[in-house]
Amino acid sequence: MPVKVAEEWLNACSGCEISILNTGEALLDLLPHLDFVHIPVLIDHKYFGQTGDKTVMEIPEAVVGIVSGGVRNEEHKHVAEEMRQKVKILIALGSCAAYGGIPAQANMWKNDEVFDKVFRHCASTEPSPNPEHPNVPKWTNSCQALDEVVKVDITIPGCPPHPDWIADAIGALLAGKTAWALPERSVCDTCPVIREKKSGGGPIKRAFTNIDFDPEQGLDKMRCINEQGFLCLGPVTLAGCAGKEGVPRCVQARTPCRGCFGPIRKGARPMVDMMGALTSVGLDPKTVVDRRAIMNRYIGGHGFLAPLPARPAR
Amino acid sequence: MGKVINIQPITRIEGHAKVSIHLDDAGNVTDTKVHVQALRGFEKFCEGRPAEEMPRIVCHICGICPWAHHLASSKATDACFGVTPPPAAVKLRRLMQSIAYIGDRILHFYFLAAPDFVIGPDADYSVRNVIGIVNAAPDLAKQVVKYRQMTANMLEHFAGRAIHPTLSLVGGVSKPMTEAERQEMLPLAKELLEFSKFTIKFAKDNVFPKYLDAIKTIGVIKVGYLGTVTADGALDFYDGHLRLMKPDGAYDDFKYDEYLDYIGEWVEPWSYQKFPYAKKWGQLKLDLNDPVGVYRTNCLARINVADKMATPLAQKELEEFRAAFGRPAHLTLLYHYARLIELVQIAETAVQLLEDPEITSKDIRAAVTPKAGRGIGCVEAPRGTLIHDYTTDAEGLITNVNLIVGTTHNNAAINLSVNQAAKEFIKAGKYDQGILNKVEMAIRAYDP
Ligand code: SF4
Ligand code: SF4
Ligand code: SF4
Repeated sequence: MPVKVAEEWLNACSGCEISILNTGEALLDLLPHLDFVHIPVLIDHKYFGQTGDKTVMEIPEAVVGIVSGGVRNEEHKHVAEEMRQKVKILIALGSCAAYGGIPAQANMWKNDEVFDKVFRHCASTEPSPNPEHPNVPKWTNSCQALDEVVKVDITIPGCPPHPDWIADAIGALLAGKTAWALPERSVCDTCPVIREKKSGGGPIKRAFTNIDFDPEQGLDKMRCINEQGFLCLGPVTLAGCAGKEGVPRCVQARTPCRGCFGPIRKGARPMVDMMGALTSVGLDPKTVVDRRAIMNRYIGGHGFLAPLPARPAR
Repeated sequence: MGKVINIQPITRIEGHAKVSIHLDDAGNVTDTKVHVQALRGFEKFCEGRPAEEMPRIVCHICGICPWAHHLASSKATDACFGVTPPPAAVKLRRLMQSIAYIGDRILHFYFLAAPDFVIGPDADYSVRNVIGIVNAAPDLAKQVVKYRQMTANMLEHFAGRAIHPTLSLVGGVSKPMTEAERQEMLPLAKELLEFSKFTIKFAKDNVFPKYLDAIKTIGVIKVGYLGTVTADGALDFYDGHLRLMKPDGAYDDFKYDEYLDYIGEWVEPWSYQKFPYAKKWGQLKLDLNDPVGVYRTNCLARINVADKMATPLAQKELEEFRAAFGRPAHLTLLYHYARLIELVQIAETAVQLLEDPEITSKDIRAAVTPKAGRGIGCVEAPRGTLIHDYTTDAEGLITNVNLIVGTTHNNAAINLSVNQAAKEFIKAGKYDQGILNKVEMAIRAYDP
């Protein structure tokens, strides 16, 4: 018997759904075991009946519910609650659902300030009142992770999550398990670069130059990005972005990690831990430009980012 | 009292929207609206960020075309700091963009759009989807999955991330391509070109002819077009100048930094999405019979504004298309056809780039010094022209951002197309699943 699955996206970019499609061959193997009863990106099931005559939103019952995106408006909240009611196991897919994600950077401002910019201070926009209409859902107070609004059973983090883990988690559920989590390891634990536990010191460099490496050689011949004096969030970020095997995705591009898989464990304080990691290789964490935003780039929900009384210090 | 039909969510598109169709007492359509319900506020939360971080922040605007935002942002930051990336860096940017677009088009045509054509617009929703396609044409579906996977693997192998990339940076890219990597990728790109040729032939032989009726009736409007062309008028996805064409085919060419003279954005209380319009044509008027200021972007717009395609096979396809539909071609469902003509050009471009030995040059990053400046970077995303307009301070931090992104340009046109389709198909209170799906097909054509 195929397992019924419902999928929804909230404050999302659709990258998570593309990542599901990128499970490729694994997807074709999984498909016969899954019965998608609702998934707006692929199937035309509607909230208010197929001819739009009903007045109450309805998502069909399912065993597994998958939600990408955080909660940014009243409708997201409503959909999240409806999903929670209709499914047995709720999966938060991706870092927006898990931690708020990039859109939670907006939590550094009050809602009014964001609307004021978007609708009245953009170069090409005719200054206008904020849109207000029954079909335009009001913003909630902040951009939240899904588990700040409803109970979440399984979290598959990443921006986007790696298809290996999506297939793995769904495979585990099909095998009758009800829990799944990535092992608590850091991105550095999966990174093959050379580490000497020291750096050249000095202020932390911005990405105006490329890091130093020999393109004909593997990453095992390249020096750690932090130790080269740039900011890399590998030490405080959960491993897994390269899937079951492979090297951290950003490091593969010879660029630093920005923490898209979120903290290594619940309750961790990545910003504090990262300051420690930088200090330990002889770098001055105070010299990181735009520190608060950069170190909380993907995790601005859960109260990590909030408006400061004055403008954010840099 | 009339009634309102709410179609929500709009499905098989990227994003959140709802259509409301208002009927009068006799059951005829009086008004329609496409409500876009999502707003994230990038223009605000990018303020204060270091400019060099922008290409890896704004790519998250869209998970389907992150490369387009990544590159528009790179170009905007290049311009803020006044740097010119070395030729090999530009070639690598273009190559990654091409591979990403091939994957995107294959996805859209076979998985999102094809169910309406291959399974049929009136089929029940439970089979009118990708799973229906997998069951109806399992071998083709396997190929589609294989080639999509191939594009994702090529991107990941070289650039680490296929979705939300980090490769491109102010002044160039983060790593060069080795000769071995070039040798590995070239045969794959050739395979993708073959599959692209197969796809357009398949569509012309088996898909489009059956739906000529639908093409002639669904979402039909006559408005203007926006796209990017090179100095000699060829369609280009990465660089050139903008061309804004009136419904009758007359056009203005302008540079990126003149965009504010040509394009304004209107706000309606019933949608979070703004309504860009062609300022010079007058105040925006969303009237099906007499639209003013409305233009479209994305593939049909691009092949309309371009004098020619940039590559030989695509040019042949364009000539065949123009012989049948003229220039500009207005029928909305022709977007599906135009998308595949572009697919051929992009695949040819990918092969050309990989055949060019300069792509392996180690000179991939210009020297960068942060400074106060303003930079406007545009590229053609699968969904249309992206305009990223940034201002930096002396430290190279962002002080102001304006964004007009692909689908937003089409907001007014999509509203008109939905209005047309609803009026065409819903009469005297009669409508069903199939009819409402045809209204949605008017949206889906734009691949919003
Ligand atoms: S987690 Fe990343 S990929 Fe997923 S919706 Fe959020 S921004 Fe997009
Ligand atoms: S800090 Fe970055 S480069 Fe260094 S080991 Fe960790 S992930 Fe790798
Ligand atoms: S290296 Fe870091 S930011 Fe990059 S994909 Fe991996 S976890 Fe995400």
